[in-house]
Amino acid sequence: MTASVQTTPRAGVEVRLEDLTRRYAGVTALDGLSLTMAPGELVALLGPSGCGKTTALRLLAGLEEADGGRVVIAGKDVTDVPANKREIGMVFQAYSLFPHMTAMQNVEFGMQLHDVDAPERRKRAGDMLDLVGLSGHTHKYAIQLSGGQQQRVALARALAIEPKVLLLDEPLSALDAKVRSRLRDEIRRVQLEVGITTLFVTHDQEEALAIADRVGVMNAGHIEQLGPPTAIYSRPATAFVAEFVGLTNRLAGIVKGGEVEVRGTRLPLVKPDSTEGPAIALVRPEAVSVVSDGDMSPGPLTGSVISTVFLGATSRVSVDLGDVTVLAQMPTSAVGAITAGTKVRLSLRTDPVLIARDEKAATEA
Amino acid sequence: MSRSRRAKLQVFRVVTFVLFGAFFAGPIWFMFEFSTRGIGENSPRTLDAWKAISTYPDLVAGIVASLELAVITSIGVLVVLVPTMVWVRLRLPRLRRVIESISLLPLTIPAIVLVVGFAPMYQWLGTNFSDSILTLSLAYAILVLPYAYRALDAGLAAIDVKTLSEAARSLGASWPVVMWRVIVPNISSALLNAGLLSVALVLGEYTIANNLLYPNLQVEIVSLGRTSAGTSIAVAVASLLFAFVLLVALSFVGGQRGGRRRTRERLVQTFGRDFSGGTR
Repeated sequence: MTASVQTTPRAGVEVRLEDLTRRYAGVTALDGLSLTMAPGELVALLGPSGCGKTTALRLLAGLEEADGGRVVIAGKDVTDVPANKREIGMVFQAYSLFPHMTAMQNVEFGMQLHDVDAPERRKRAGDMLDLVGLSGHTHKYAIQLSGGQQQRVALARALAIEPKVLLLDEPLSALDAKVRSRLRDEIRRVQLEVGITTLFVTHDQEEALAIADRVGVMNAGHIEQLGPPTAIYSRPATAFVAEFVGLTNRLAGIVKGGEVEVRGTRLPLVKPDSTEGPAIALVRPEAVSVVSDGDMSPGPLTGSVISTVFLGATSRVSVDLGDVTVLAQMPTSAVGAITAGTKVRLSLRTDPVLIARDEKAATEA
Repeated sequence: MSRSRRAKLQVFRVVTFVLFGAFFAGPIWFMFEFSTRGIGENSPRTLDAWKAISTYPDLVAGIVASLELAVITSIGVLVVLVPTMVWVRLRLPRLRRVIESISLLPLTIPAIVLVVGFAPMYQWLGTNFSDSILTLSLAYAILVLPYAYRALDAGLAAIDVKTLSEAARSLGASWPVVMWRVIVPNISSALLNAGLLSVALVLGEYTIANNLLYPNLQVEIVSLGRTSAGTSIAVAVASLLFAFVLLVALSFVGGQRGGRRRTRERLVQTFGRDFSGGTR
């Protein structure tokens, strides 16, 4: 699949979305979104349905008009430039190959519109299909290709016109898990090989964290946090990001003196100036460890195991503490003989945590 | 499917075909029989009535006018309706139901009532623009609207118009290119159906043309029937056969287009390459 093909690496261009606003019938889909993408960078916009990530991509593509703000590509304001003149390649969530054309004709289509002469067009289309590992499928129609193959042809078609920017609108969401993971790596390989600035929209956090140079987590029409995948996961800036990206235990506690006391353990706060009083501490499963020997007398962090889930190098253990179930993720080798029903004691690593305000749960603390 | 079930289905098909064939062919046969009768008892069969068709210049003019009207109406309706329906699907999806309801109105309004509405318009057209019979295509475009709309709507529903057009736009296609190179090839069967229905309806239209005093084919047939019943019936049979041949020919063209693609797909599946050559 990873064919060795001569492609012309391009110097990517800078892309800026400046204070973009978009409303639909009174509902604000984008609320002053700003984002700068460095040349050749792959940025993933990640967020739940309706957060505005696809709207941002469509405004960049020119498929919709912004109510406010600017789109700047390679230093040129393209806010009022129609979609067909923006020099943007796009791969859609839905299968978008033209059904009456073969894979080759699909890839050639954009180049025909750009007046590339026939021999050059055919050579480049062949190269692009090679690049995505489909050189043996050039004369097939969309109906004869699998979902993954169709999306790869769509990627080849988008790249064939040598666009300034590549937009990927949840291109993997219609595929099964195995194909999705393989094609995700394929997209990243091609993107790095071609060196094109790319915006990737997805609601799948694993996809975003695996593929992107930077991830922008979106909520209610704006970016909550933008940063490298590791920073998004390990240093979430807001409670929303902490809860949306990765698994999080919500443990009731009391904020006092720049710390939060959770079930007898004092944890430092990411934001030490948080208001004092009841709060919910957001604790990652990796920050929870399980001990199954020693003193098991009743306490705030002792309970019984509900289940263990084998994840490969790590395992996830669910522990019932009576009033709350806590997830702990630890090396599989350390799980040992812990099985459902085992009495265990938890300990919380004193990493800085974020807090969420949730009056009902906090009161129960 | 078991062999006995397949055999039963085959018998059912043949019986249905024969029954309906007789139902439709019977009247045409008797019309043909009438148009070939000689004058007087025990006279031999004759094609005099058929030979006389070309000797009636008004009738020939009516035939030509109806054919021209069929072509103009079909093309006009498709040129207006296809971009409009695509645009509504892309930009104004909430208006779809409204447009659909409006397009169905001509079905619910009797032709004679439509004529009452058309009369002042044609009076104005005749005075200020043209009194050519070809202006009837405006009225006919409204008349064929429900049929053409339904056929095109089914065709557009079968493809993802939004994604295909946005994909084409992102590749650099202008709207006319999107229509001509992406939408139209993928709804060719629907276009053909809409065109067939329009042609059939225009060739058989009488009420509006007669009441607006335009001598189309059907008006001339009725007029001729008063003086030469045999020739009138001969023309009616000829026009029915013409419409039938046209429908079969166009269906054959449609089948060929689909068939060529299917053949090509089969070749690709079997041999891993396309031997049929050429691009569409």
